[in-house]
Amino acid sequence: MLADKDRIFTNLYGMLDRSLAGARARGHWDGTAGIIAKGRQHVIDEVKTSGLRGRGGAGFPTGLKWSFMPKQSDGRPHYLVVNADESEPGTCKDREIMRHEPHTLVEGCLIAGFAMGANTGYIYIRGEYIREREALQTAIDEAYEAGLLGPDAAGSGWDFDLYLSHGAGAYICGEETALLESLEGKKGMPRLKPPFPANTGLWGCPTTVNNVESIAVVPTILRRGAGWFANIGRQNNAGTKLFAISGHVNHPCVVEEAMSIPLKDLLEKHCGGVRGGWKNLKAVIPGGSSVPCLPAPLCDECIMDFDWLREQRSGLGTAAVIVMDQSTDIIKAIWRLSKFYKHESCGQCTPCREGTGWMMRVMDRLVRGEAEIEEIDMLLDVTKQVEGHTICALGDAAAWPIQGLIRHFRDEIEDRIRKAGGARRPVAAE
Amino acid sequence: MTDLRKIIIDGMELEVDPRLTLLQACEEAGVEIPRFCYHERLSIAGNCRMCLVEVKGGPPKPAASCAMQVKDLRPGPEGQPPEVMTRTPMVKKAREGVMEFLLINHPLDCPICDQGGECDLQDQAMAYGVDFSRYREPKRAAIDPDLGPLVGTCMTRCISCTRCVRFLTEVAGVPEMGQTGRGEDSEITSYLGAMLTSELQGNVIDLCPVGALTNKPYAYTARPWELRKTETIDVIDALGTNIRVDVRGREVMRILPRNHDGVNEEWMADRSRFVWDGLRRQRLDRPYVRRDGKLHAATWAEAFGAIAEAARGKRFAALAGDLAPAEAVYALRELARALGGTTECRVDGARLPAGNRSAYVGTATIRDVEAADAILLIGSNPRNEAPVLNARMRKAWLNGCEIAVLGEPADLAYPYSHLGTGPADLDKARDGLAGAERPVVVVGMGALCRADGGAVLGRAMALAGETGAKLLVLHTAAGRVGAMDLGFTTEGGMEAALDGAEVIYALGVDEVDLPDGAFVVYQGSHGDRGAHRADVILPACAYTEETGIFVNMEGRPQLANRAGFPPGDARENWAIIRALSAALDATLPFDSVADLRAAMVSEVPHLGRIDQVPENAWTPLPAGDITDQAFGSVATDHYLGTPIGRASEVMAEMSRLSRSRSAPPLAAE
Repeated sequence: MLADKDRIFTNLYGMLDRSLAGARARGHWDGTAGIIAKGRQHVIDEVKTSGLRGRGGAGFPTGLKWSFMPKQSDGRPHYLVVNADESEPGTCKDREIMRHEPHTLVEGCLIAGFAMGANTGYIYIRGEYIREREALQTAIDEAYEAGLLGPDAAGSGWDFDLYLSHGAGAYICGEETALLESLEGKKGMPRLKPPFPANTGLWGCPTTVNNVESIAVVPTILRRGAGWFANIGRQNNAGTKLFAISGHVNHPCVVEEAMSIPLKDLLEKHCGGVRGGWKNLKAVIPGGSSVPCLPAPLCDECIMDFDWLREQRSGLGTAAVIVMDQSTDIIKAIWRLSKFYKHESCGQCTPCREGTGWMMRVMDRLVRGEAEIEEIDMLLDVTKQVEGHTICALGDAAAWPIQGLIRHFRDEIEDRIRKAGGARRPVAAE
Repeated sequence: MTDLRKIIIDGMELEVDPRLTLLQACEEAGVEIPRFCYHERLSIAGNCRMCLVEVKGGPPKPAASCAMQVKDLRPGPEGQPPEVMTRTPMVKKAREGVMEFLLINHPLDCPICDQGGECDLQDQAMAYGVDFSRYREPKRAAIDPDLGPLVGTCMTRCISCTRCVRFLTEVAGVPEMGQTGRGEDSEITSYLGAMLTSELQGNVIDLCPVGALTNKPYAYTARPWELRKTETIDVIDALGTNIRVDVRGREVMRILPRNHDGVNEEWMADRSRFVWDGLRRQRLDRPYVRRDGKLHAATWAEAFGAIAEAARGKRFAALAGDLAPAEAVYALRELARALGGTTECRVDGARLPAGNRSAYVGTATIRDVEAADAILLIGSNPRNEAPVLNARMRKAWLNGCEIAVLGEPADLAYPYSHLGTGPADLDKARDGLAGAERPVVVVGMGALCRADGGAVLGRAMALAGETGAKLLVLHTAAGRVGAMDLGFTTEGGMEAALDGAEVIYALGVDEVDLPDGAFVVYQGSHGDRGAHRADVILPACAYTEETGIFVNMEGRPQLANRAGFPPGDARENWAIIRALSAALDATLPFDSVADLRAAMVSEVPHLGRIDQVPENAWTPLPAGDITDQAFGSVATDHYLGTPIGRASEVMAEMSRLSRSRSAPPLAAE
């Protein structure tokens, strides 16, 4: 269990003062100019050494991502974009940062912006996050007033402007290139890659898009040293992480914990355990709605980090743990996710546009058992036809929960079909 | 190109330009990649996912070949060239999967779909699809927007490739269509449900890979395999759009554009595409002779007899109209010379200097206009006068060209700087042109059809000469340049040609009023303005019914072919003149169109070099006095500029809609 002294977000629950004065009292904005004075390469190297992996879901090493930005500007400005469009079902970790620890993010933006040569940063916040927007805007205004943003930000000699832009509530705008489109004022539809944003991003300029948590932890890493951060968690899965636990636990919560904490520890120490006891656990979705679920037997030994979950053909995603006990209709639960993805598909490319609706409708029948046993395999085949064939990862995200369901709960689907008597299909008169 | 990149496609090694996309590289290798959304002349959307290929060394998922460039591929670990595979199980599975997704919500209504037989989805489903359906759910349907009288819709068939959206936004420059909604509920529709206003909207029908956007006037009239296809040239404007005329039996069923990179790319203006119903109406199918103030049907012999009687010993003037092919103009010129008469083709009064091809055609080709980095438009509205050329000017603007306009300000679908309205402001354009590398000056009929038109052209040429610009005269009549090449002019223009004329031979002259008192012979295809004034009417072929050479505005001779036969007793234009010459005792020395062409080409050799743009030696004109009168517009109604268009119901409807759009809205009272 993570010791209190190792926590980055000490005001995660909003019990303390979230203003600039309060943040300073907790050690934020301390020696920012000194960090920047060590130079761009130093910052990138430290972040690389710390082993920080992107907290938005894909787990791409953050330092490496920053190093893709051109070292020298070719005349185009560089941009830092922070993805605060936290819309994945189950995920609510970034909102705690933005409403209670906004200054970690603002300070992180300055340092990250400096590290990638960006004088301008944009935070794209989810449309539904109204109070969070207000808190963050207040923090930005405070920082401007205190000279921590703007020309010669925080006395570092680096000019940095930070803008807060809010979305209109589309899940797809959390995809980095769709986010850039939306930020440019267009319809949020993902772009083709390549070219990648590090080369051609916002308004055609080099851009890096990072998750809120990835940026917010950076100042503390640089203050406490990369080694401190790297020593928490297993090899290659370093650091502290915000876990958001929801569902059938006694006390759902967002908690900062060490990476690679066993799932059982996480649920029992912080959430008061699974409702009705550990034996009552049916399945866990370990990383937000788009990763495949894990059945109870796997949960016993589950370690919450990128690599262990990847080995189990699931993923850490955003570390939004959705706990389901034995009372759950798991088929219906996954159907609900299919419905979500069908609703949120942007409609740009064929497999996702047509496939999400198809999958949702088959799932709909599976919930009621009105299907043939063979249709389970057909559904699996359809998910494979969507996965990997789309422009962005939404197609994959729609396919994975169903693949997880069929992998682990196939017998339950078959039972239901048998019980319901199979497909009741209207037959045309002949 | 020196820095070619090696690439292996399906085991074949070849060197290609690294800027090519994988799809283009595969085409070079002769490997066909199925596609729906990709189109050479539109931006890349990458949304249909039909063109997926496997790339070795990349991520373990297929890549969209239309969007990925050769330079984006990484070489192998030991520097082997990157490898693209299009026949692997992964690719086959991907294509079958995408095809299945496209078909699940596509109505299988091919038997009643107008696209049947020329449908990309149909063809590719045969080639890359599977032969059964696993989809058991209800299919999606969509509401059809009303896009106007030209483009029919059946949006349930739409596969959301967005070609139509990209065409209207990028090429036509009027973002009138878009994709609304999201996910499977997304629809391609016109914004606010409005009708399309673009003068190039018909092209979305060709672009649509399925039967979602169809040709409304042609709807349900023919199947593509029933049609006889003839490649020919359009005459509705002077661009010389390459077209294909589809005929069933005697009737023209539809007109489609052909690809010609130098002229129209593969676009076509609506007023050319949808004019074909005008070829069926108001046609002159027999000769008429006016007796006692009324036109009476007659035989050819009676008509020729009436002309011979009226013309003998009288002063003869021959006029060539806008749609006359070079052969007819040549024959008429020979006849007029034999009768000691005058000739004139500049019936609208354009002050085009005879004999100076660099002044009446110019030196710029249409490609030059597109490649220009500065364009000066003088007294011209190209969007109205040659919509496809306007689209190419827009392309130049997209590539960074600065466009300036002298004349009436108009919406050209791209921004331009408006320098002034009259010839006095000509000098303001000097700096812009002088600073450019490939400047072009375009002079329109609005600047030439006026008393000081010659002086304006002279000054424009002087400006072009000083700044190193090329010149293009934007003609509006398809037959004009050919007639100018044949010297069908009289010193002094129309006034001199008609001065004292007692017999006027009007070869398809419908756009001007002829003087009272003269005996008028009208030869043409439609019972239009010219025929109403005539004393003798000789029925002739329209442009789809005879072979003929037309020289377009850049001076490119192109050969129009016969697609069908004329109605009734109508005859080929040159043959009527040849036959009449015998009745007038001035028999012309050719009996076939081949003889005629041989004689014509021996006099004007470049007319025989079909599809080649001759270089015109730069011969500046003397700069005369100009007035400060603003440039007017020759713009007649965009859709009703020719007798064929005026006979077309579709064009009449388009014209009505266009007028009602420009009229100020009136509240109900």
